[in-house]
Amino acid sequence: MQDERLASFEDAVLPHVDAAHNLARWLTRNDSDADDVVQEAYLRAFKFFGGFHGTDGRSWLLSIVRNTSYTWMQHNRSPQFSVPLDDELEEIESEDLDPEALLQQSQDTEIVRRALEELAVEYREVLVLRELEEMSYKEIAGIIDLPLGTVMSRLARGRKRLQDALTKHMRRRF
Amino acid sequence: MSCQRAQELIHGYVDGELDPANNLEIERHINECQVCANTYRSQTTLRSSLRDKSLYYPASEKLKKRIQSAVREEAKSERSPRALGWRWVAVGASLAFMVLIGVLMWRILPGVSRPSSDELLAQELVSNHVRSLLLGGSHLTDVLSSDQHTVKPWFDGKVDFAPPVKDFAGQDFRLYGGRLEYLNNRSVATLIYQRRLHYINLYIWPTEQSGSTGEVTFQRQGYNLIHWTSSGMNYWAVSDLNNVELHEFARLVQQQ
Repeated sequence: MQDERLASFEDAVLPHVDAAHNLARWLTRNDSDADDVVQEAYLRAFKFFGGFHGTDGRSWLLSIVRNTSYTWMQHNRSPQFSVPLDDELEEIESEDLDPEALLQQSQDTEIVRRALEELAVEYREVLVLRELEEMSYKEIAGIIDLPLGTVMSRLARGRKRLQDALTKHMRRRF
Repeated sequence: MSCQRAQELIHGYVDGELDPANNLEIERHINECQVCANTYRSQTTLRSSLRDKSLYYPASEKLKKRIQSAVREEAKSERSPRALGWRWVAVGASLAFMVLIGVLMWRILPGVSRPSSDELLAQELVSNHVRSLLLGGSHLTDVLSSDQHTVKPWFDGKVDFAPPVKDFAGQDFRLYGGRLEYLNNRSVATLIYQRRLHYINLYIWPTEQSGSTGEVTFQRQGYNLIHWTSSGMNYWAVSDLNNVELHEFARLVQQQ
């Protein structure tokens, strides 16, 4: 029985270790923390594997990774948690940004990386799940445990903020 | 489609999450509107820059191995407690047997009939507790006062010992008064405390035993009783209060 459980766990969940690490790394923004979070998440997942009856092992694992990361960040008093979620904050005009200039800017991956890292965690996580993990709104909603509409609005705001950050970097440069 | 609506839907369009009707409409709008077309192009540019492989952090081989062995270790340790479990059952069983022998010895030894006398006393105390609350509590107190400095001297000359009297109103166990009882073939000081609508009778009399014994809990007719001795006094607390709160009370009395 135990060996069977271990085998089906290794089939369903172990292949998603890259996705788990990618999410943990973007949430914690630190290599060794991400490794610890992922290992902890896997042990939790194994413990609760009896409660997993779905077919989407990746989403299931990523929701555990997300919870583990948040717990970890709280314990380590990450300053991230003192940043309020300002959904209603002022909107900076950037829609008329020249796409060619943006293209030029965003080719510099390091700048994109830093801009994404500096984004509030609420926006960062939906962008990582959508753009890097290529998950659907529905899958993301399941992982962050919020309605589809919230996923959509966070993505919209997150992208806008990311664009603004890239624009600022650009202005600083030229 | 208005520009405002198009700006709202453009993310759904870029993400391929729109229904076919909205999809068609927004495509038409982008073909006609320069501003929204610009937004669309910035979004696709942003997307392609985020899909750069170097932004993805895959797990290292070392981590993969570490996780696999950690999970297998976990699976193994889940399997072994059952073997260990039987050992604990054996330990528990032999402990229980020893306790049983101890209790038998205790009962057989002449002159030491404490369990049964405690049982009888518990019954007597519950009867007294019930009686004290009859007739709307007119039997409850001989001296009605929440002032410990009134209640304590009241016992002078009525009993040949000085029971410790303290109000615990701060912990929501209010001193309600005192009463003299004749129980267990002797005079007993009784303190009455109140918590919400519940009364606690605290019976106190001296004991020959020196030192303290731990709390012993009884239940009779739905009443909770806690018995202990400390500093040469027997204590019995009786109430219809739940066991947890009565223990809280017993601890307060012991700490005074």
